[in-house]
Parts: sequence; structure tokens; C-alpha cells
Amino acid sequence: MLLIACPWCGERDETEYHYGGQAHVAHPADPAALTDAEWGEYLFVRANPKGDFAERWLHSAGCRRWFNVVRHTVTHDITAVYPAGQARPDAHTEVTA
Amino acid sequence: MSNRLPTGGRVDRSAPLRFTFDGVEYTGLRGDTLASALLANGVLTVGPSLYRERPRGIVTAGVDDPHALVQLERPHSEPMQLATTVELCDGLAAISLQGRGRLDEAPDEARYDKSYLHSDVLVVGGGPAGLAAALTAGRSGARVVLVDDQPELGGALLGGGREAIDGRPALTWVAEVRAELDAQPETRVLTRATAIGYHDQNYVLVAERRPDLPGGGGRLWHFRARQVVLATGAHERPLVFAGNDRPGVMSAAAVRSYLNRHAVLPGRRAVVFTTGDSAYATALELAAAGAAVPALVDTRPEPPAALVEAAGAAGIEVLTGSVVVGTEGEARLTGVRISALADDGSELTGPVRELACDLLAVCGGWSPAVHLWSMSRGTVRYDEQLAAFVPDSAAQAVRAVGSGRGRHDLAGCLSEGLTAGAEAATAAGFPVTAPVVPSCSGDEQPAPPRPVWLVPGEEGDPSTWRDHFVDAQRDATVADVHRAIRAGMRSVEHIKRYTTIGTAHDQGKSCGVAAIGVIAQLLGARSPGDVGTTTYRGPYVPVSFALLAGRERGPLFDPVRTTPVHPWHVRRGAVFENVGQWQRPHYYPRPGEDMDTAVWRECRAAREGVAMMDASTLGKIDVVGPDAGVFLDRLYTNGFAKLPVGSARYGVMCRADGMVFDDGVTVRLAPEHYYLTTTTGNAAAVLDWMEEWLQTEWPELRVRCTSVTEQWTTVAVVGPRSREVLAALAPGLDVSNEAFPFMTVRHTELANGVPARICRISFSGELAYEINVASWYGLAVWEAVLAYGAHAGITPYGTETMHVLRAEKGYPIVGQDTDGTVTPQDLGMAWIVARHKDFVGKRSFDRPDTSRADRKHLVGLLPVDRSELLPEGAQLVAPGADLAAVPVDPLGHVTSSYRSAALGRTFALALVRGGRDRIGDTVLAPLADGRTITATITEPVLFDPKGTRRDG
Repeated sequence: MLLIACPWCGERDETEYHYGGQAHVAHPADPAALTDAEWGEYLFVRANPKGDFAERWLHSAGCRRWFNVVRHTVTHDITAVYPAGQARPDAHTEVTA
Repeated sequence: MSNRLPTGGRVDRSAPLRFTFDGVEYTGLRGDTLASALLANGVLTVGPSLYRERPRGIVTAGVDDPHALVQLERPHSEPMQLATTVELCDGLAAISLQGRGRLDEAPDEARYDKSYLHSDVLVVGGGPAGLAAALTAGRSGARVVLVDDQPELGGALLGGGREAIDGRPALTWVAEVRAELDAQPETRVLTRATAIGYHDQNYVLVAERRPDLPGGGGRLWHFRARQVVLATGAHERPLVFAGNDRPGVMSAAAVRSYLNRHAVLPGRRAVVFTTGDSAYATALELAAAGAAVPALVDTRPEPPAALVEAAGAAGIEVLTGSVVVGTEGEARLTGVRISALADDGSELTGPVRELACDLLAVCGGWSPAVHLWSMSRGTVRYDEQLAAFVPDSAAQAVRAVGSGRGRHDLAGCLSEGLTAGAEAATAAGFPVTAPVVPSCSGDEQPAPPRPVWLVPGEEGDPSTWRDHFVDAQRDATVADVHRAIRAGMRSVEHIKRYTTIGTAHDQGKSCGVAAIGVIAQLLGARSPGDVGTTTYRGPYVPVSFALLAGRERGPLFDPVRTTPVHPWHVRRGAVFENVGQWQRPHYYPRPGEDMDTAVWRECRAAREGVAMMDASTLGKIDVVGPDAGVFLDRLYTNGFAKLPVGSARYGVMCRADGMVFDDGVTVRLAPEHYYLTTTTGNAAAVLDWMEEWLQTEWPELRVRCTSVTEQWTTVAVVGPRSREVLAALAPGLDVSNEAFPFMTVRHTELANGVPARICRISFSGELAYEINVASWYGLAVWEAVLAYGAHAGITPYGTETMHVLRAEKGYPIVGQDTDGTVTPQDLGMAWIVARHKDFVGKRSFDRPDTSRADRKHLVGLLPVDRSELLPEGAQLVAPGADLAAVPVDPLGHVTSSYRSAALGRTFALALVRGGRDRIGDTVLAPLADGRTITATITEPVLFDPKGTRRDG
């Protein structure tokens, strides 16, 4: 059971959250301009690293806000939490909202 | 025969307790476990072994016993309990088990709860190290929790006697620490509480037994701790030699514990067999208690002289450099065979000596209980000096102390505990320094052991050693390990699975490391460290599903949602169906009606007169803000920004991959206020979806979404006579088709004074209205509709009739007629996909896969036999398809199927490959029961395809 620090509510159990997959996969500004392969990449292809991973979480049973987390996929160490829309900080810098 | 000593022990001789075991009555004392009470009565033998039916006896005094499984019958029925952990109570009844228990058929009346607690420091284990840690941490003012699985604190000290702290009996120190912990305002001590799992970020699950509850039960604690101290102690290992499973072969530490804690002498003539110092105390205390101890067999050629001397003084002969090579006896041990062992351990040297005895107390070394440490992802390393796997590097904020990390002297355990408690509290933000370690005696640092992982047999070789038990619970022997290795296995994980060693109820607590030693020996490995351990997984001890479920069973398993009209539905005798968490009326049978008859009648009322339905479960979302229209334009395939105020529009939403996600009608109530409806089961998902896009992609849009599902009660009034019912119900409203046209909304006050929002929308093709009122008026308005419609014979209908009516019109249900692989075009709704705006998923309609001509289309099916009902889910094949082929080439499947009153026949909806190009074709539905139903493919709209009925 992860302990995740929501940028707005603080530390809460994982059961209050929903997972949202890889962060920073923006909806393309002009989908029509993309090739089928590029659109397919947006739809279906995600990173699966062994190590630090920037991912989205939703505090669904709390403030209902989306935010981003950098989590190590092996150790589950969370090294950064930052609001949606912000760039990924250096993986080893603690960020507070 | 009573084995109870006249004095001593932590039992209450004034409180005799009656109990039965296998139907025989016995008496024990308060403070006994079932096992100690049995031993006191001379009962050593428990159920026979699972596969070989060999007699087996009590071995240990704790959670690591391999044999003493019992079925509790009173005070509560519980399968698979260990006699060594069951606290005796008056009237207890138990029967022995042969490896397997059985669940009681009667409902479990026990009470199980869950509690959640955050602590600064969690200490697991109430022995000397854990007590010391809790003491210092508690003095810092931190919130400290100490959990221990025994009824009283003290750990191994409870089974001792000679240990002293500050010159007084160690248990006096324990009592003083307990008193100080109880006085600390932020410290909580839980006994009978076993830590069963250690999860990410110091999340520790603890199972607390509560025998004090009238029906029994327990509590599952969820702890989140800033810092954890593991003082989990160690398990004494068995030794692997011929006949080591015979009843009377016991753990030396357990024998000592039974002597000192329960005042029970488990045997009259005892031999002790050890690889290290700790069993000397057992031998000396057995002799002091009156047992004959003819010999102490020590694997070490030169044990510490002081110990040998003490044994000699007690009349105990110490046989050095020796091992027990065999046992005698049938149901109970009658003697042992002893031989010298070569220095390299490979062979027996010298003559075999026989000694009569009824007890063999064995110490094969000590294995720190690293289970929780390993579950926390901490690594372990093999310590050659200790001959044990010990905690190495931590993966979380956790410290291991005491014998749980291989420290076996009392002073060392106290020192480590006091220090770790101080460090943990300080790290948690409560600085404190550790006090001076008190002086200790009676439990000194032991000399190095001489581990012997496999005592050679007197005859044969490992392939024939079938009485050298490695995991007695599984009847797995050295011969089995040998066979696994001969079969090519090298990894301990593979050998475990091949031999099933470590997979029985104790999950290898007793035999795990001994098995690794045997494997290392047979593999010719340098040490057990080269073999490594198997993975430790929770739960540390077996727990019941009832404990894990807690109160979340029966009606509390999942929330049940009902509408404000629900009491009326119940009174009317509705049959309910679950739709997500909602309970909805499925149909309203009249006396003597079955479902088909009731639905037929309800459908006819809607098509021919007037009918009404509770549609309150429909998801409802208020979408408010200056950009609400733009926002909906981006989510729906069709346009909403230009929808006039007061009008309604049906819309379809897709995921980015172009697949239909939800549909529903949205009403524009004001320029910046839309009222959106979703399918019943999808309401939460749609709100999530909208919020996700607003927050993560379009934060610039000024829109807010609010769920109002439960704020509104919705009554659908349906049928050719619905207008006249509404006219009476809403006297202030001009209900004419011109004044209140299809797909518009009106606000009015009903005859009973309730303000209402009335939408003219239809999910049946009939003239219909949906009356929305604040939910607290819901029941009153439902009854008003019923009253005002009485003259027209208004008929309540349930979800089944709703489904029939909509299917007759070819309206799909998202999630029934679609499954996440269906586009709007597949549903025949190309008309709803806007060309001149972008929306989520639009680009996907240009993907080659979504443009294929042979995609599955929604079509209608008419069985050739008009009375035959296609089962929903039935697979469809083309006529002439080879049904013997594997797999049969499928054309599609039936998604909805009903009997239609309006059509006078059965019909279905189906997803069929290239279905719109097969209208008029025949398909076959071969069923599991051997029948094949033949049907004709049609357009999906089977009733009133021109839509002539919607205006009444």
C-alpha cells in the first residue's frame, strides 16, 4: 500500500487514489496532422521503465485532482510529486506544491 | 498420568479448565495452551501425517509447530488451528487433524473489525529487544505501538527462568516496562496481535485475536509507521536425521518453555541433541525438574568447558562431536541411537550407542524470523559464524534487533533494542537518547555452533533416506530432495515446488532453513548462503478470510443504492435487479405472473396506453460555465455549443481510440448550464472522464462538473396516453406538441405544488416525458403520477420492459450492445459523428482498423421460429460453417434478445461482421445444448422505423 502525498491534501493511502498511467503524454494539438503511426503511438504506446517513472494519479476519493508522481517502479520510492501541467522535475528533487 | 509439576510456571492452579481432545475429557489450567495442557495430561501424539500416516507429536511451543493441527469445535468452530497457539479455555473442544481441516457449514457468528492507525514508531515483538525499543521510543513522546503475538509480554523470557536483569528476575523487569509503557499517553501495547504482512512505505498488517468477545473474533490492524523496529525473535531449527519425526522428538527451546512457562515436564527420561549452547539450559532445567537426562549430544568436538562442567555436575554425560543417528519406538519415542561424526560431517565414526529415553530435545540452531524483514524488501545474508540468514540492508525505514537479527544474549538484545528505539524515535522527529544497558545474567553470548545440516544415515545414501524428514508436514524427505536434484533442479525455488517443502501450513517456519542446508549439502555447495532462501510472503501466520473481510460481508459487502421511490417498489412487489450498486425494479409481477407475462403486459401498456418507470438511477451531471458548450463539443461526437436553451440532444462520447464510451441526452438549461445524463452504470466514469480532460488537457476552459444523480428523481411517463396524464399532472403547462415539442425541456409546478423539470425525450419511440423533481419529492411525485394516470390504467414497468422497448427501436445500450471495440459507425450512427469539428477520438475513425468494411455492425436478428429466443451471448456462424473446425469461424454474437409484444415474436440485436451488408441473410446460432437456432439478419430498428409514434 503506497503512501502518496497529494499536492493539495498531503499524505494519504493508495486506496484513495486512482492510477492514471504515464504522465506527460499530451493529447496532440492537431490529431488530423498526424500519421496513423504517430496517432497509434499516442493511443497505445507507453514507456515501461525499470526505474524512475513519471506517472499520473487522481485523488479520486479526496480532492479529485490529477497530479504527477515520479515513482521508482522497483522500490516504489516516490521522489517527486507535482501538479498536472508542470514539467517533470529532476527525479531526485523533492517538489512541494 | 500427570506431567504437571507441583510448583512454578505461569499457570493459575486455582483455575482448572475442562476440555476435550478427540472426545476424551481432560483438565488444564488457565495460562495453558492446548498443547501444554495436552502434554500435562501425557498426550503428546496429535494427528498422523498427511501422506504416510506416520504418528506425529507436538514439537514446538509456538507458530512454527509442524504437526499439532487441530479442528476447534468449541468455543468456536475454527479449522486448522495449531494446538501450540490455541489458548485453553473452559469447555474447549478440539479434534486432531491429518493435515487438512474442514469449514463449518454454519454461519460464522464471530465479530471481526478493522482498525487503522498511524504511528511514529511501530515495534513488532514484545521480547526483551522489542520491549527495550518500545521503552526508549515511548520516552521520547512519540506515538509508539508495540505488538506481540502472545497473551503476555516477555517473549523468550516467558520460557526461561534463570535470566536476570539488574540482579532481579527478568520477568520483573518485563512487568516494570509494561507498567511504564501503559503509563505513556502516546504508547499502545497490543498483545495476541501478530504482524502478518509488511508492505510498501511501512504499511504493516497486524491480526489481533480477541477471545474475550462472546462469539470470538478479531481485529485486523492497518498500521502506517514512520519507523519500524522488528524484534521478531528466532525459530529453533530441527535437525535432519533418521526417524526425526517420531513423537517425543521436540524442540529443545519448546521443552524448556513448557517446563518454565507451563510447569509441564514433557518426558521422564530425556536426551538432548544440540549444535550450540542454548540447549544446555534445557538439559539442566530438565534434570532440575526431576527428569533423568542420561546424555547431551553436542555436534561440537569442544563445547565450552563451563557448559560441559555444569552438565557433568548435574549428572549429564556430554557426548561431544556426536549426533543422534536414529530413533526407536512406534507411537512414542523409546530410545535413540548415537554415533560420533567425522570432522567434515560426511560420515559416522565409531560405534553406535543406544540410549533409552522418551524425549529427545533437539536444537539445530537458530533462524532469525526474517519474514517481515524480507516482506519489506530488506535483503538477508548468510552469516557463517551464526549459521543463519540474518537481515542485511533495509529497503524501508526499519531496523531489526535482537535474536531477529542473530543476537542471542540478553544484554545484547537489550542494548540493540534500546538503541534502535532511540534511533527510530529520533528519526521520526522525537529526539531521545538510549539509556544505559542494565546488567544481565543467565543468558550469555553463546559460543559458535557447529551446524550439521544432514546427519548421515547408518545405511544407504541420500537417495534412500526416506525417514530423514526435511518437511514432516509434507512427508518430504532427504530422498525427495535428492530426487529433485537428480531431476536437474538447482534453484531452491524449483526444489521447493518440486518437493512441496515449505508449502504446508507453517510455510517453512520450522523446516525452511534446514531444508536449504540439506539442499546445499546435496548440491555440494560451500554453504547454505550459496543456495539462498525462498521468497518470504505474507501472511506470516494463517489468517481467516473472515478476518480479512471484517464487517464487509452480507449487506455491507458493497454499498446498495436505492432511489427515493424504492419503498413503493418494494410494496408493489417488484422483482429487483442489480445495476452496478443500484437496485432497480426488474419487473412488477401481478399474482400468478411469471417474468415473461409481466414484461409482455408492461410492454403493451407502454405501446398502447401509458406506463411509467423510475429512471432516477440515470447518471446526471451539471456542466456549468462559460465554456461548457465548447467543452461538450470536444467530448461528444456531435455538437452542443449551438444547442438552443431549452432544447435537448442525444450525444455519444468516445474514448481517444474512437470506441463508444457512453451515450445520453443533454439538456441546455441556460446559456452556461447543461444538464447531462449518462447510462446508469457509467455515471461515475463519465464524471471522471470529464474532470480528467478539464484538469489535464484543457485547464483553460471555465467549466465545472457536478454529479447531481441523487439530487433528482426522474419519472418517465411513456405511451400514447402520456400527454393526457401530464396535462392533468401539470395543469400550468401547455403540453401540446406545438408548445412542448420533442427534445425540449419545460419548467413548471405540478398539481401538488412540486416544481418540476420536464424533458420530452423518449427511450421507447413512444410519446414520452421524463419528469425531474428534487429527490425529496420523488416518492410523492411518483405517487402523484400514478394517481393522475389511474384513469388511463397507468402501468409501472421495470428495466426489462425498458430494454425490450428500446431494443425494438434498435437503441443500443452501451456496455451491453457495445464492449469497448465498437465505434459509432459500427452502431449505424455515422449521422452522429460531426465532420466539421474535432472531438476526442475523431482521428481514430481514419485508422485503417476503424475503416475496415468487415467490422462488426449492430443489426437486428429475427429467429425463423418466431417463438424461439436466442440466448444473449450466443455465437453466430454462417450457414454451412464447419462446426467441427477448431475454432469455428465466428460471424459475431447476440448482444440483446427479447420477446416482443409489439412485434408478436422474438427478436434480437447482434454484432455481426459486415452485418449491414448481410441484411436478409441467414445466420446460425449453434448452442451449447446441441440446438441450432436459425435467424435472419435485419435492420436494427424493428418497430416503427419511420418514427411516427413519438409525437403521440
